[in-house]
Amino acid sequence: MKAVVTVVGKDDIGILAGVSTACAENSVSVDEVTQSILDEYFCLIMLVGIDKMEISIDQLKSAIEAKVPDMTVHVMHEDIFNSMHRI
Amino acid sequence: MINTRDILETITMIQDEDLDIRTITMGISLLDCADSDIDKSCEKVYNKIYSKAKDLVNTGEAIEKKYGIPIVNKRVSVTPISMLVAVSGGDPVKYALTLDRVAKDIGVNFIGGFSALVQKGFSAGDRELIDSIPRALAETDLVCSSVNVGSTKAGINMDAVKLMGEKVKEAAELTRDNQCMGPAKLVVFCNAPEDNPFMAGAFHGVGEPDCVINVGVSGPGVVRSALAKMPKDAPLNQVADLIKKTAFKITRMGQLVGTEASAMLGVPFGIIDLSLAPTPAVGDSVAYILEEVGLEQCGTHGTTAALAMLNDAVKKGGVMASSTVGGLSGAFIPVSEDAGMINAAAEGTLSLEKLEAMTAVCSVGLDMIVLPGETPAETIAAIIADEAAIGMVNSKTTAVRVIPAIGHKEGEMLDFGGLLGKGPIMKVNSKSSEVMINRGGRIPAPMQSLKN
Repeated sequence: MKAVVTVVGKDDIGILAGVSTACAENSVSVDEVTQSILDEYFCLIMLVGIDKMEISIDQLKSAIEAKVPDMTVHVMHEDIFNSMHRI
Repeated sequence: MINTRDILETITMIQDEDLDIRTITMGISLLDCADSDIDKSCEKVYNKIYSKAKDLVNTGEAIEKKYGIPIVNKRVSVTPISMLVAVSGGDPVKYALTLDRVAKDIGVNFIGGFSALVQKGFSAGDRELIDSIPRALAETDLVCSSVNVGSTKAGINMDAVKLMGEKVKEAAELTRDNQCMGPAKLVVFCNAPEDNPFMAGAFHGVGEPDCVINVGVSGPGVVRSALAKMPKDAPLNQVADLIKKTAFKITRMGQLVGTEASAMLGVPFGIIDLSLAPTPAVGDSVAYILEEVGLEQCGTHGTTAALAMLNDAVKKGGVMASSTVGGLSGAFIPVSEDAGMINAAAEGTLSLEKLEAMTAVCSVGLDMIVLPGETPAETIAAIIADEAAIGMVNSKTTAVRVIPAIGHKEGEMLDFGGLLGKGPIMKVNSKSSEVMINRGGRIPAPMQSLKN
């Protein structure tokens, strides 16, 4: 099972590090990362493997938010994107 | 990896454009709860609903967290209670109180099915139930009621129409201290669907399985913002195409949630109802979609055409996206629940007559319209008859949910709060329909050929 993590907000030092740490601490593997900076706004999209994760998706979201408190964080199961954008 | 643009589009839809799953509704058959003793019957009703739906709210919340998509309402619909009244006799309000109690105990927002189907005539239990509707709505918080008074195959039961005019008025009078809330939970249908997940008209039809999960999706805000990005000179076939594509995406999400909920609860999946259901939140409005198509304000000339296109495009997009579509499916036009409609009605652009024309092409009917308190019961019955006639002749569902604002006059505002919103009191034709309504009887079913 995979989930998609998105982090959006003002650019700062250590965002990717914070998000990755939260993932590692919860046995979540990082499979792919895309990040870009548009007009000082930082946008990170991460595809993560959650098979070994022992907490819920909701709790992973809280764990990431704790590491990057000023950013808007979404963690959603990948099925929602697959069902919405693929026939 | 999934396309970055697609990911951001989904997140924007949820975060900024009010995309949500409007309701997960569990339909439960109560036919096996009928008992000749009304107290035993009520006890069986309570136990069956509790055992089937006790995990509904938790399951909904778990899915919300897994997919990050809000599921606004969790609801229950049941077999029309008039069928239980037919067996048990006694005061039907006892059933309403039982439904209210079990709904509160399992934590759902509304429970629908305090209903009777009388399109051709009254059978045992029907009259008793209809007579008790105003009291049932006044004494409960979460119970919703509906009555089907006509169909394309049966015609219109005008005795029932007359009765419902009186009951709507009585329901308003009994709840006059509570914003006349009674009739906001009462729908009078023609061609009522048996698998509708939306309140206040949801009930669990007799042809349905014992227990089933139906899902209602929404998303007027998403459609509006997709149209806003389109050039103003794009032809209407392109506009319809864009609405179709957007409806497809919205419905796919509903399908995912419905299948997941049905697996988690061990209950078969019924249908997706692809309705654009507005809420009072700014932007989440069907009127704004019509204005985005190119009308200065909803209700002006061209509104019916724009709505017809919208309603049809929503269905076409949704049908492809889901395994089974049902319920009402289309665009709702509830006045008090839609910020754009409220403005248009308050400014006088949107009249009752225009709304009636719009109901010939929208998915339901005259919905959440506030009338002056002194409107006679016969006039309300005549409004119901007009609406039922549109549904009967066009083989579509139509409904009336009007609220006579007791003690208030045209031009004032009635505020219900929450999802029901607020509504300006609209002008009603003052000439009488009394003689016609008092005739009673039936309007025969219409021809299905020679369609001109």
